[in-house]
Amino acid sequence: MYSSLIDPNLLIAKDSQALLVNGYRKPNLKTSNDPIRRINNTKPTLFIFSAPAPCSPKFFDNDLMGFSKDQLLSQLQELEIDYSKYEHPPVLTVEEQAKYVSSSEGALSKNLFFKDKKHRYYIISAMVDTKVDMKVLSQRLGLGKGGIRMAPEEALAELLQVSLGCVTPFAVVNESARDVSLLLDQKFKNQTRCIFHPLSNNVSISLSTSGLDKFLQSVGRDPVYVDLEANANPVVGKDQPPDLAVYVPSNSVVIPELPNNTPSAQASPPKNVSAEKTKPVASPKPSKSPGNVKSVVQNSGLSVFKNPEKFVEEILDKTSELLFSEVKGENVEALAETLRKRLTSEFTHLAVMYKNTAYSEGFYAGTQCQPKRP
Amino acid sequence: MEVDKKEEIASESSEEQVVNPWEVSAKDGGKIDYDKLIDQFGCQRLDESLIDRVERLTSRQPHVFLRRGVFFAHRDFDLVLDAYERGDKFYLYTGRGPSSEALHLGHLIPFMFTKYLQEAFKVPLVIQLTDDEKCMWKNLSVEESQRLARENAKDIIACGFDVTKTFIFSDFDYVGGAFYKNMVKVAKCVTLNKAMGIFGFSGEDHIGKLSFPPVQAVPSFPSSFPHLFPGKDKLRCLIPCAIDQDPYFRMTRDVAPRLGYSKPALIESTFFPALQAKNGKMSASDPNSAIYVTDTAKDIKNKINRYAFSGGQDSIEKHREIGANLEVDIPVKYLSFFLEDDAELEHIKKEYGEGRMLTGEVKKRLTEVLTEMVERHRMARAAVTDEMVDAFMAVRPLPNMFE
Repeated sequence: MYSSLIDPNLLIAKDSQALLVNGYRKPNLKTSNDPIRRINNTKPTLFIFSAPAPCSPKFFDNDLMGFSKDQLLSQLQELEIDYSKYEHPPVLTVEEQAKYVSSSEGALSKNLFFKDKKHRYYIISAMVDTKVDMKVLSQRLGLGKGGIRMAPEEALAELLQVSLGCVTPFAVVNESARDVSLLLDQKFKNQTRCIFHPLSNNVSISLSTSGLDKFLQSVGRDPVYVDLEANANPVVGKDQPPDLAVYVPSNSVVIPELPNNTPSAQASPPKNVSAEKTKPVASPKPSKSPGNVKSVVQNSGLSVFKNPEKFVEEILDKTSELLFSEVKGENVEALAETLRKRLTSEFTHLAVMYKNTAYSEGFYAGTQCQPKRP
Repeated sequence: MEVDKKEEIASESSEEQVVNPWEVSAKDGGKIDYDKLIDQFGCQRLDESLIDRVERLTSRQPHVFLRRGVFFAHRDFDLVLDAYERGDKFYLYTGRGPSSEALHLGHLIPFMFTKYLQEAFKVPLVIQLTDDEKCMWKNLSVEESQRLARENAKDIIACGFDVTKTFIFSDFDYVGGAFYKNMVKVAKCVTLNKAMGIFGFSGEDHIGKLSFPPVQAVPSFPSSFPHLFPGKDKLRCLIPCAIDQDPYFRMTRDVAPRLGYSKPALIESTFFPALQAKNGKMSASDPNSAIYVTDTAKDIKNKINRYAFSGGQDSIEKHREIGANLEVDIPVKYLSFFLEDDAELEHIKKEYGEGRMLTGEVKKRLTEVLTEMVERHRMARAAVTDEMVDAFMAVRPLPNMFE
């Protein structure tokens, strides 16, 4: 169910929650009510977005592909942004890319996709030799030390609609990435041109930062440039708030674990849950199919205690955090990863036994339970 | 469900290998030819592309048994994956014939794999304990077979199944109601002659045996479990089992369409070799042919060192020159089942095969791996109470079974 198409060029939605320019929805960094869905702008289109009616607009049949590189390039041309294009075999790393695109064309970039514990996502796009220290970044964002990790591959596909090795600032053109924060390296501004993948890793394009800015603005993003190497020893306290905290997205993103999305999400509560204490609201449906009462909307707080794997992830997250804060040194991240890898299976086994024990005790208690007095 | 091999029955022809639920033996005492088996049974190989697909769908590394080809054959697993991709779930069905209290590692393999499937695909599981079958075939008393069923249930639970997604049942307790109705429907579709053909029954066998196959067939149909899958008659079923169980499910697959049910899919494993390698598979009646879950670290070390058939050469010089015979070496075979790290296994195979690593080292590593596994199992087993068994076996709905 989606609203009708009106003026192809400029539309202002009812409560100005969305501004449409050239058919791209402005990412809403304020709290919005609609559930996460994959909208794929395979052709620029338009809609009125009215906040209180959550809907799962599926505008296009083709739900599989995000914005394509050709669409992106034609968009750049339409905006009269000057760029140079280089085609090459698919590359997964900066080193490989460097073989095909020489630095005389522009400055290569490394693009990282991070996630924090509250399921908020960040693209960091930086010069290759800029040091991106995850611990420092995490503190500057106000997430504590060890608050961010590399995002999992599914997030790449679901949110950025790109493949491995293809993280790029341009990915924010996708609707699915509207809650992903984009931070660009301040040092890009000193370059005549910078090189990024235009949504596909067998092509690279070089363009100036002003060109990049113009593009970002056209999709309703304010380009954010940050000195990534500044403040290398952040002291975060009452009088010194974390300097990048303002760039933390206000919405977290729940990536559905299952390949399908329940179409009955229409009446169900929004998936943008930041608070961990809210109970999931059962949607009153006329025909309750048994075993299917719980919609895919899973409150992240509740599932930590229901699902042994999530439980263990939470424990290891906290352990890593403590490790980062107590141990100095460059190899801390590697150590944390090793710990995680080696302990996950052991801990999950223990957690399953714990869950089974608790359930059994409750079950037994239930059999002994006296009926309520009338 | 799993029947121990009767060693006293000589296979009719030592020219042919024999694989059925009651007997497994290789041709001329050699190795089981799995390719031939696939041809003979008519199932399909589980190839790389399917494994990659599993990896993609579950967003995690495929289980070591898939990577090493332990689970190597299937029927309709690709259809199950197709349906899963579309959002149609499935449930798992596996089982055990509780003939003895002594469980060895070979028994645990289908359960370890099933646990992985449950976690990776987030689907429910039913586990059948065929106490009636053992009562009939092994001539146990009803009480004894029921007791063994409960004991075995504890070991099964210790493998780490999630109680909110698992239903364990014993035939003596559960047969009846909708389950029995399906049994009768299945029985009507299989003639005496056919049963004798598939299972080798004869005029001397008691009628209990004849009527057993439907019991093992109907857990493949969701309508047998009205408390679990009400209204979900089209739910698919995937059965992980050892390949000698194939005949039961060939019969089931034959019958299913006639009853309007989906054919169950199968994913089948090779046999876990006995320590001394001579026999076709591990036998619970010979304690030195197997590593038991009750073995101490010392027992394990002893058994591996003394009985594990080695492919190393007679003398160190010869070994360093020729290298080990990896084809027949049991420790390496066991490591390929249980050593998680692919790189380390490759390294061992290379070094041992080219003579630089000695049998002693390989056996030492194997002992470490097995001891850790058995220890973990023992700890988990100790934590399983009778209340927990009751909870797993209670006829109750499983509301979050697909989460």
